[in-house]
Amino acid sequence: MVSLMSTFRLRLSREMWHLRARQRQRDLTAVANRTGRIRRGDILLFSTLRNERIRLPYFLDYYRRLGVNHFLFVDNGSDDGSRDYLVRQPDTSVWVTHQSYKRAYFGVDWLNGLQRRFAHGHWCLTVDPDEFLVYPFCDTRPLRALTDWLESSSVRSLSAMLLDMYPQGPIDARPYREGQDPFEIACWFDSGNYQISRNGRYGNLWIQGGPRSRAFFADQPQSAPALNKIPLVRWHRNYAYISSTHMMLPRGLNNTYDRWGGEKPSACLLHAKFLDTFGVKAEEEVRRGEHYAQSREYIAYREQVAQHPDLWTRWSQQYVNWRQLEILGLMSKGNWA
Amino acid sequence: MTVGFVMLCHTALDRAAQVARHWAEQGCPVVIHVDARVRQRVFREMRSSLADLRKLVRFSPRHRCQWGGWNIVAATQEATSLMLREYADVNHVFLASGSCLPLRPVSELAAYLDERPDTDFIESVMTEEVGWTIGGLNIERFRLFFPFSWRRHRRLFDLSVRVQRRMGLRRRIPAGLVPHLGSQWWCLTRQTLAAILESPDRAHHDRYFRRVWIPDESYFQTLVRRYSSNVESRSLTLFKFDFQGKPHIFYDDHLSLLRRSDYFVARKAWAHADRLYEAFLAPKELRPPNAEPNPGRVDRLFSAAKERRLKGRAGLYMQSRFPVDNFENGKTAGRYSLFQGFAELIPDFQNWLAQITDTRVHGHIFGPERVEFAGGETVYHGGLSDSAKLRDYNPKSFLASLIWNTRPEHQCFMFGPADNQKINSFMAADPNAHIFVVTGAWAVPLYRSGLPFADIRREAARLQRVEMELLELLNLHWVKAHVRIWSLAEFLDHPLEPLQTIVEETAPRLRPRLTSAPQVVDLAGFGRFLQDLRNHGMQPMVMGDYPASDMFHTDDRQNRPYLVS
Repeated sequence: MVSLMSTFRLRLSREMWHLRARQRQRDLTAVANRTGRIRRGDILLFSTLRNERIRLPYFLDYYRRLGVNHFLFVDNGSDDGSRDYLVRQPDTSVWVTHQSYKRAYFGVDWLNGLQRRFAHGHWCLTVDPDEFLVYPFCDTRPLRALTDWLESSSVRSLSAMLLDMYPQGPIDARPYREGQDPFEIACWFDSGNYQISRNGRYGNLWIQGGPRSRAFFADQPQSAPALNKIPLVRWHRNYAYISSTHMMLPRGLNNTYDRWGGEKPSACLLHAKFLDTFGVKAEEEVRRGEHYAQSREYIAYREQVAQHPDLWTRWSQQYVNWRQLEILGLMSKGNWA
Repeated sequence: MTVGFVMLCHTALDRAAQVARHWAEQGCPVVIHVDARVRQRVFREMRSSLADLRKLVRFSPRHRCQWGGWNIVAATQEATSLMLREYADVNHVFLASGSCLPLRPVSELAAYLDERPDTDFIESVMTEEVGWTIGGLNIERFRLFFPFSWRRHRRLFDLSVRVQRRMGLRRRIPAGLVPHLGSQWWCLTRQTLAAILESPDRAHHDRYFRRVWIPDESYFQTLVRRYSSNVESRSLTLFKFDFQGKPHIFYDDHLSLLRRSDYFVARKAWAHADRLYEAFLAPKELRPPNAEPNPGRVDRLFSAAKERRLKGRAGLYMQSRFPVDNFENGKTAGRYSLFQGFAELIPDFQNWLAQITDTRVHGHIFGPERVEFAGGETVYHGGLSDSAKLRDYNPKSFLASLIWNTRPEHQCFMFGPADNQKINSFMAADPNAHIFVVTGAWAVPLYRSGLPFADIRREAARLQRVEMELLELLNLHWVKAHVRIWSLAEFLDHPLEPLQTIVEETAPRLRPRLTSAPQVVDLAGFGRFLQDLRNHGMQPMVMGDYPASDMFHTDDRQNRPYLVS
């Protein structure tokens, strides 16, 4: 009875998310709609961004190489030329909005709406412009090999933990050039300081930790940002993200981990946040106050960034490839061989 | 003499056509069955792409094949009959799917078969004695009725199986047939196939198998036992099932693995594995002929994958492995030891232990102020922080991470009643934990602290309560940790004995022999201190029989006046 009630409640809340998404669709104006070119079986990428011009060339290049067929962007009022750049690409569709990021539940509503319209029946990757997917065998097998295999194994969603990458020395010491692989600069990560617990209501794992916890949130670990993400989903129009890509409804999609000792397949999202662009971003985001929990994350950063923090320690690991992440236990091949 | 290929295709017809061309161009007849569900336009495209090979490539009548249904067998029968009828020089028929990949030149296969002209290669396992399937039904496939589709109406399917079991329903197996199961991919001789297909009982057999579940894994496998005199029960096709019973897929990076397998054909290749198709469909260099198919390396790869999926890595907690309590299959990644009370009695205990046992010895990693990593580091392996708040936020993640990050090194750490106790039951249930306790030793630093007696008394009462809770926990029946407990008095009576025990258990391979105990703190007056506590109503319960005189081993203990105050 209890479980019936909770199922009903979750269903109701899912409908609410869809309703919100529909309302927030009014915020969006299409400036380049090439969705007519999406073919059956194409892999789609969804992203919200603001002033990320310098990152875009490498981002598009990276995901095109993996085999993404079409990009759908929501541009939240960029003024650095991001929009013009995206519109010029042959495989993008771009929507613009000047409405509040916060009111659209940090972009979730915008993307849920677009996904409901365009992603039904497609494998669909939802990432920020500073997140780069690394999955098992990504050096030899394209993304389609993964999605084909997931589909044949009746898996609908793949988890990919956010792995914060940082440079050695102050994060603003080496400037990032357009088109450059950000992990030439930020090639270090923490391999084993993550805290995991299970969210009983939605069934997802809640992962925190890494360099951000260690350096910025050692005194208030509960406020450290969540690192669990479910970016790759075979979309159905009834699905909805409910908190960034950290969790989804229906909650079966959050069930990306094995509970009886085995390992399900998983991936990592390398997070190129800690580059020289970070200080400016933190400053701006604190001023706008458009981020989660009164932007407390960015407030914490800003205080530290002024002191040119060095996230590097002698226990930091230098990134090599996906096999290294697999051996360290940050991701798993599962039974894909 | 030649070998003919029967191909069953339903997707990626362009790849299937490529493979058919590869075989036909080497002079082997190919009969292709294309699923009736494939659209007519796609089918016509395939047919016209192979039009130049009309003499050797034929298409058999199309059936609508559903997984686990009879039509796959019917399609195979018709295609095989066509092959036998049209190509008189075919001696072996090789059944392949559209996603099979030829690994060796046909000439090698033909030579291999020519040496064994009467051998039927088909995996065929007696169902009643050996379970061949991965999960699911075995002999019941032959004995029950299956009116519902497993794919579309799984609940009804399961219900009907349950009902029939309950009712004891059993189909009669036709006389002369012994149920056998095996892989669908075989290579049979003309003689055997003709005997099966032209048997006077065929109508009877077909009628029976029409209602058997997944007949493509049992029809030929069972009948071959009746009609063949020379069955080699193995497949010439390399395939591996995963734990869900679906075939593993080969990708570009399996190229060298497949090359070295020496199988003739592999199933199944990913349709977009361009490098694989390029490499194996290209004209072949000559290799040592007659190599026997050898699945060793492929087997190892895929059984490792299965183990990873089902058992995982012991002691790892991560985004896709988060086991519920007691189903961890290894709560932690390796052995570790916890010492309570030793460092309080032996000032140099940590260094001494590290030297003798060659392990990593930390201070109080659950201490209230900070995590006392070995060497006083502020950040440790894997980026673990020494912040007590961060650690206490999730002590289980902290401990599991520490042991995982430092594997295979043995970790030792100090513990005490003043430390965070939230982790105790986790460690008690962990067979990797070695817990050594000297009870009551926490009172020694208190005694030497010089604090006001009222504070000492309060603190002693608190610490004693905490320690007694731990002792109670370690006494429970489900405890899996290796636990050794000595009272303070027992320890001081013969320090060498407990110390020998701990170094032996901590470094079982080194087996160090102790000849002398390290320096123990000066305890003069400690007996009096305990009595003072007692006098103030704080009964010391965990120290054992500590002599009021602080003197152990005095022969004349009985003769001296015993002071009771």
